[in-house]
Amino acid sequence: MDRRRAVAEPLTPGSAVRREWQRFTPGQRLARFAVYFSVVAAFVLSLGTVEVIPEFLWDAPAQVQDLLLRMWPPDYAHYPSSVHDAMVETLHIATLGTVISVLLAVPLGLLAANNVMPSRTVNTLIKLALVTSRSVNSLVWALLFIAVFGPGALAGTLAIAFRSIGFVGKLLGEALEEAQPGPIEALKASGASWPSLLVFGYWPQVKPAFWALVLLRWDINVRESAVLGLVGAGGIGVALNTAMNLFQWDRVAVVLLAIFVVVIVAEVVVTWVRGRIL
Amino acid sequence: MSGAGASVGAAGGGAPVGAPAVALELRGLQKSYVRGKPVLHAIDLSIAGTGLTAIIGPSGTGKSTLIRCVNRLVEPSGGQVLLDGEDLTALRGRSLRLARRRIGMVFQEYNLVERLTVIENLLCGRLGHVSAFRAWLRRFPQADVDRAFELLDAVGLADFAKVRADALSGGQRQRVGIARALMQEPRLLLADEPTSSLDPKTSVEVMELMRGLCAQRGIPVIVNMHDVELARRFASRIIGMSGGRVVFDGPATALTDEHLKQIYGGEGWLA
Repeated sequence: MDRRRAVAEPLTPGSAVRREWQRFTPGQRLARFAVYFSVVAAFVLSLGTVEVIPEFLWDAPAQVQDLLLRMWPPDYAHYPSSVHDAMVETLHIATLGTVISVLLAVPLGLLAANNVMPSRTVNTLIKLALVTSRSVNSLVWALLFIAVFGPGALAGTLAIAFRSIGFVGKLLGEALEEAQPGPIEALKASGASWPSLLVFGYWPQVKPAFWALVLLRWDINVRESAVLGLVGAGGIGVALNTAMNLFQWDRVAVVLLAIFVVVIVAEVVVTWVRGRIL
Repeated sequence: MSGAGASVGAAGGGAPVGAPAVALELRGLQKSYVRGKPVLHAIDLSIAGTGLTAIIGPSGTGKSTLIRCVNRLVEPSGGQVLLDGEDLTALRGRSLRLARRRIGMVFQEYNLVERLTVIENLLCGRLGHVSAFRAWLRRFPQADVDRAFELLDAVGLADFAKVRADALSGGQRQRVGIARALMQEPRLLLADEPTSSLDPKTSVEVMELMRGLCAQRGIPVIVNMHDVELARRFASRIIGMSGGRVVFDGPATALTDEHLKQIYGGEGWLA
């Protein structure tokens, strides 16, 4: 509407050539339309492949109600006897897995950052290794380690560690690459050695990002290790799996409540610690 | 090119006993970032063992490149850089680090490690002498810590030792930058546009401080600057550069408007 009026009265009186401005070129507008169109198309197409069975869909509210009734009241007496130890084991898996992953990810992160390790070849190889770690889900890592070490917490810990290396290494490498070059140059000019550059130049700059991402990964690992037991890699998932297989829904409820509380507590702790270090 | 040609003679007192009269000598120093487009055309200069030398010239004329070629933050394409007679252009690895320890540097953007305290930033100046492990544990030799406190007194920041560098004003940061460079007990101080980010009053204070502290210690200073008046006021010798060449070299008093026209081109900007 505004545009049409602008056509009628040029903004600069007397000027023959009117300068027009539009936010997008016709090409850009076409591209934007193509993006919107393909999003809608993808949604419609995927609905087709999901093959929703209508009976099960209509049935769902009744089923949920039934499940909740079976879960209530939760069997709290079950917690001290078998849930508590599994819960602690889950926390151990998450924490130890995070520590191992950080130990392995720090050297990889350093080698992935181009300003710390100025060789594109090394950077690319390391980034490939990090992607490998991330592209395998922790449940799949767990299955692999169970095949090697047998079922139990060791397989779970290593699964968590190897899944996290890619995450921590990638984000640490990116944080390093965002470090300001000025202070590094100043230290270099004073004759500092490479290790000294890391300690006094890079580390102070990436310290907040490093602790934030380690805490975030620990937070994620607490939740992920709760599931690992489903494939036999130790932790609270084993208790959950057993209770579900025996249709002891009141015990399932206790396990779910325990996971919920731990995740909330982890969230609070992480937020508090992050607030103190930044 | 017609320069004033007045060479700075053997400068007097303040030089360390036994130090050669010439601290730094550039012989045919060249630099081109792109092959065939030299930024520096065979620069020949010698810097005496004392005094403040200002390099002036328009932006992009290679002042910064020249100064960075001295401590090899920029790799020269040809020629020699002699510090007390030792050629720095051939050095690699450890010997380069040892040479850099003898050259202090002050930067336009201060380049402090913002998240470290002022005293830690000063101790950064000793990183060439202290192992990374001891630095990590902050176990610097007591002599270094004493020296850091003395320099903090000298630059008037004694109360800021434990303040983080990102809490300081620009002028305060640059004073920390100067103190950090002097922590190295350098043979030569380079300053790359040290006042360009500061207001006029602070600029004068920083220049005064830098000149005073270095004169006391007998350290020659080479400063890149934009501000011709500041250069006239503080430098004993001025080097004018244009298009990657030295077009004026002489005492500050010999710099005339004619020279400035030659250095910067045009004359409409001259008051």
